[in-house]
Amino acid sequence: MAGATERLPRLLALVPYLLARPGVLIEEAAADFSVTVRQLRRDLELLWMCGLPGYGPDDLIDLSFEGDTVTVTFDAGMRRPLRLSGTEATALVVALRALAETPGVPGAGSVRQALAKIEAAAGQADGVVVGLTIREEAALTVVRDALEGRRALRICYYTPSRDTISERTVDPMRLLVVEGRSYLEAWCRSAEQVRLFRLDRIEHVTTLDEPAMPPPHARPTDCSTGLFRAQPDQRLAVLTLAPDARWVAEYYPVEELIEGEGGSATVRMRYAETGWMVRLVLGLGADVVVREPAELAAAVRQRALAAIRRSNHLPSHQTG
Amino acid sequence: MSSARAERLINLVLCLLSSRQYLPAERLRRIVPGYADAPSDEAFFRMFERDKAELRELGVPVETGRAPGLEAGEGYRIARRDYELPDIDLEPEEAAAVALAARLWDSPQLAGAAHGALLKLRAAGVEVDAEPSALVQPRVRASDPALIPLISAVQARQVVRFPYRKHPAVQPTARTLEPWGVVSWQGRWYVVGHDRDRDATRCFRLSRIVGPVRTLGASGAVRRPAGVDLLGIVAGSAEPPPVAHPARLWLAEGRAHGLRRHARVLGTMTLEGVAGDLVAVELPGHDVAARWIAGLGPDAVVLEPPELAAAVRARLVAVVSRSAI
Repeated sequence: MAGATERLPRLLALVPYLLARPGVLIEEAAADFSVTVRQLRRDLELLWMCGLPGYGPDDLIDLSFEGDTVTVTFDAGMRRPLRLSGTEATALVVALRALAETPGVPGAGSVRQALAKIEAAAGQADGVVVGLTIREEAALTVVRDALEGRRALRICYYTPSRDTISERTVDPMRLLVVEGRSYLEAWCRSAEQVRLFRLDRIEHVTTLDEPAMPPPHARPTDCSTGLFRAQPDQRLAVLTLAPDARWVAEYYPVEELIEGEGGSATVRMRYAETGWMVRLVLGLGADVVVREPAELAAAVRQRALAAIRRSNHLPSHQTG
Repeated sequence: MSSARAERLINLVLCLLSSRQYLPAERLRRIVPGYADAPSDEAFFRMFERDKAELRELGVPVETGRAPGLEAGEGYRIARRDYELPDIDLEPEEAAAVALAARLWDSPQLAGAAHGALLKLRAAGVEVDAEPSALVQPRVRASDPALIPLISAVQARQVVRFPYRKHPAVQPTARTLEPWGVVSWQGRWYVVGHDRDRDATRCFRLSRIVGPVRTLGASGAVRRPAGVDLLGIVAGSAEPPPVAHPARLWLAEGRAHGLRRHARVLGTMTLEGVAGDLVAVELPGHDVAARWIAGLGPDAVVLEPPELAAAVRARLVAVVSRSAI
């Protein structure tokens, strides 16, 4: 979030921040405001020039520097930060409320107390509701206990991209709740990678006696830009979707959407598993046209022909 | 923002905060450093208007009132009680909850706003851990461009108008709404309110608002009915759970695991020389089921009911006949 904070809000917050922490390290203050030490020093120099009407030496904000630390000696009346803006209060209050209602968040009592205190100071954010209804998946309790007890898990997991079920041992790291779905973030010992496992796709789970030991280099998934990112090495399909298949563009990430005639749309979509893409396109029948690649169109056609031939072998067909 | 302007704005805030009386613009021009540089009256007033607007945008409550004495006329001040964040004292676990909450948003605007709020809490002396190490981390995506304008309209109680595409195949129409609230439900955002054109309670999916959200009329014009359950309205208008239809299928051995998760194996059966299982399964509506089964190609064949078998076949035939052209 570095640089995202504009200068004026930071300047208004800086004096009260320093007042609350006499002798704070300049480096620490810079980190708290997500700016460089150099920028923070410039801000302090600017504030030093500001003050009360009269603007004599006794009217200006005064700071004393000692080594790498700074202390406010005269605040010129800027003692408290500005109130939270409407959007700031909303962003925080709505998030706390959603958190308070999420099952499995440890310390739900603290969340509620924090919510009450923030609401008292910032006002209530009316009219914004986040329903984080997590489905109570069967695996949830076992996964939560394993996280708290730091135990490894043995899971049977359904992978939709390959339409297969595999068994693996994982070292749980976190539970992520994204858009109403819960994911176990864990180190997968067979893939030797951090993976996300959707709880409703865990067929079977057993807690192991051994402790969870993700290797030190296992990093939590950076979900600041969404959980799933298209990988550049994935294949690219260009599909034209009829109105009845437009949901595909809402459900899966697409790179580009061009509106067509009569409500159709042409999209560019990345995929890792050809088998998955063939199933998607084949299932859509008349509602999709594969523009690219030619191999995908051929694979879809070949599977369709094989399916028709096989259904012709049904006993009922033979007897008429 | 230039340093000179930032300096002028900070001095203006300090000056207005320190005064109990309303200060006329002319006086501020004389005392606040920076305004003296304005070459003309017009240039000063332009500068001053811009400064006021900037401060108000940040949420600084610049009040207007009657200035006393010789300079009687309009003046300005900032009331300390309206400006200052009240005392707030969070226990360490509560501060950790706040830090976790601030990371909920998967949206540049809301994440930025939450970050701004944390900055002010830190300035109030609250120690908010920047990197909470929670075992549970919820995230909410909020990428719809209409979200922030709608939140603002809801909070200002202002009527809105926006182009809405109810179905992909139809043209968007302009809708006029008295917004009561915005709701995130099962990963999607909705706005709920009184639809003026339909004269009824309606909810709209934000992803289907296809143009800018404009406000109409004054703030405070929208009255939300007391005790209205926003989440309930959205949840109630969400699609009803699908009815299950029983079906019997043949599935190739070791294939179609997604379907098998919902199926019960009745026995084995060989089809076209391929080993497989005869299974019973409850499926949603024929459209969804046909899409699912057709997608599996030769790995899944419908035995019953005949309508489902025909629906699957129609999809497969459509693929073959089109790609033959």
